Amino acid sequence: MDLTYTQEEESFRAGLREWLSRTLPQLPPRPDPLDWPGRRAYDMGWQRRLYDAGYAGLHWPVDAGGRGATPTQHLIFLEETEKAGAPYVGANFVGLLHAGPTIASEGTPEQRARWLPPVLRGDEVWCQGFSEPDAGSDLASLRTRAWRDGDDYVVSGSKIWTSHAEVADWCELLVRTTPVSEDVPKHRGITWLAMPMDAPGITVRPLRTLAGSTEFAEVFLDEVRVPAANRVGAENDGWRVTMVTLSYERGTAFVGEVVACRRVLGDLAREARKNGRWDDAVLRRRLGRLSAEFGALWRLTQWNVSESQRSGSGVPGIGGSVFKLRYSHARQELYEAASEVLGPGALDLGHEWTLDRLSSLSYTIAAGTSQIQQNIVAERILGLPKGR
Amino acid sequence: MDFQLTEDQRALKAGLRELLEGRFDGAALRDAVVDSGAPSLDRALWRELGDAGFFSLRVPEEEGGVGLGLPEAVLVFEEAGRALLPGPLVATFLAAGDVTGAAQGATVVTAVSGGLDGGLVPWLDEADVVHGDVSGAVPLRSVDPLTPLHRVPGACEGPAAGEADLLIAAEQLGSAGRTCEMAVRYARERTQFGQPIGAFQAVKHLCAQMLVRTEVARAAVYAASITGDGTDITAAKLLADEAAVRGARDCLQVHGGMGFTWEADVHLHLKRAWVRAGLGQSAARAEEELAAAL
Repeated sequence: MDLTYTQEEESFRAGLREWLSRTLPQLPPRPDPLDWPGRRAYDMGWQRRLYDAGYAGLHWPVDAGGRGATPTQHLIFLEETEKAGAPYVGANFVGLLHAGPTIASEGTPEQRARWLPPVLRGDEVWCQGFSEPDAGSDLASLRTRAWRDGDDYVVSGSKIWTSHAEVADWCELLVRTTPVSEDVPKHRGITWLAMPMDAPGITVRPLRTLAGSTEFAEVFLDEVRVPAANRVGAENDGWRVTMVTLSYERGTAFVGEVVACRRVLGDLAREARKNGRWDDAVLRRRLGRLSAEFGALWRLTQWNVSESQRSGSGVPGIGGSVFKLRYSHARQELYEAASEVLGPGALDLGHEWTLDRLSSLSYTIAAGTSQIQQNIVAERILGLPKGR
Repeated sequence: MDFQLTEDQRALKAGLRELLEGRFDGAALRDAVVDSGAPSLDRALWRELGDAGFFSLRVPEEEGGVGLGLPEAVLVFEEAGRALLPGPLVATFLAAGDVTGAAQGATVVTAVSGGLDGGLVPWLDEADVVHGDVSGAVPLRSVDPLTPLHRVPGACEGPAAGEADLLIAAEQLGSAGRTCEMAVRYARERTQFGQPIGAFQAVKHLCAQMLVRTEVARAAVYAASITGDGTDITAAKLLADEAAVRGARDCLQVHGGMGFTWEADVHLHLKRAWVRAGLGQSAARAEEELAAAL
């Protein structure tokens, strides 16, 4: 067990810090959270700067346009960018953390050449077309149909909770290519397609979240033609391809956020000392416990990263579910504590912590609800029988 | 950074587990509990642990010890906690460099564990050497049948969290892992309504949370063993106490009525976890210290 970083890793960290200190002051002001075109431009501008500096797709394989960095270097990147207050991956989230890694791992050379460079350069935004009104946690029950017509798939159905759909160029779309039957269980017969969002027949209806913004949307698909060449993986093999994507989502998507939560916790303590709330021993102890919590979650992150580095797979292991379960609840606890620190100010939507408190409510739902994560942990790690 | 166990560390852990399974397995544990009256320390076992290098693990090689570090100490204490090994293991271990015979398991050492409302001393009557002031110590009817306790009056708040707290936390971690295993095994075997109770989500989720608490505590305990930092140790003790106590309670719940009886070993884990939580740094003090460090 070793927590020290190698000389190479430390010099990588130093170079990154230096670049961040030079680059961050040059950034334009942050756009309003409700201004999606503005947010897209801002996030992609940041991505372009990362690309030009050689930090884009750091952990992607070299033949996919990445730097082939070790998981530890990726961890350092996420840690330092967050510590420096750099912009979050934002609108590029799906491209960089879901669709990109999936195409890098499952796509043909032509597909990698077509889709990966624009993600790394910050030219194209992806959204995720997985969930449907009747297929959320039970993703395998999805019903959006696709049938083959010449060189195209023709797709009809609807998707929901499609993050960034308003401003996306591409959608990583899951469709059913073979109906469920006795011979075809629901996990089979699913296919992964890259759908251009400007294709005729697509209607995007933004959904307003309880935090007020339109992070995601409903997407209606009416006989949308998607070239068969846009299929990643084999027909009917989309479930396996999807599991690759989800393991990324649960594994590394929250690394930077743990660092951010530790920073927020420090801010909470400073604010409480200033406004007198620090005299409340119950609140103080609550913040102390959260400090232990986020410290341990950071260590668990290092543990999981070391594990994936040892296995050489680069794909985070099932420990991601353990992490996600605890982290999502801890994050909600953090912003509950923030509301106590703020007092009446917690009712002011103008305060950043109030908005963060609202959005923290999605953490135990998105990317698999806590209840589903507990089933995953119980069945796949602990080996308990499947059941109800 | 390679925050994973080395081959040697895995072997060390496996070796002690094997030794304890051969020498202090579930049957031995139950025999020790069934013996009526005050528990006595198994001096022969204590010697065997000494011969195996358990107490001298951190004593430098030139002084006849094994010469390993705090991370290795944590790994063997995790195994001791898993097996519910009784005795003042932590105090004897920490005295191994200074007290003659402690490293060999020939001398049993105990210590006062401080608290604002008075101290606690485990195994006072069986110890050969006692660290701390035990004047006025009165015996308690200890909740843990395998840890006799004395209470020392007066405030005697101990020093900030140190190695003793970390080793206690490691034992708590071992116990948390063990009760999770026990719950899972029982949930797979016990059937109700025509299926194993582990197929029910309500039971599954109890087990999943047991694992989550254990793994979070593990990350904290192992990391603290590497850094040796006081704040890290404080956090590790807090999380490991919670993992052990809540784990044992949930394990008891999964065992149902059987869990409430003396027949199942679950109560032994719960009672020991309570005792360990009462030794060393308390949750309240840990939370205050962590807050002060923010």
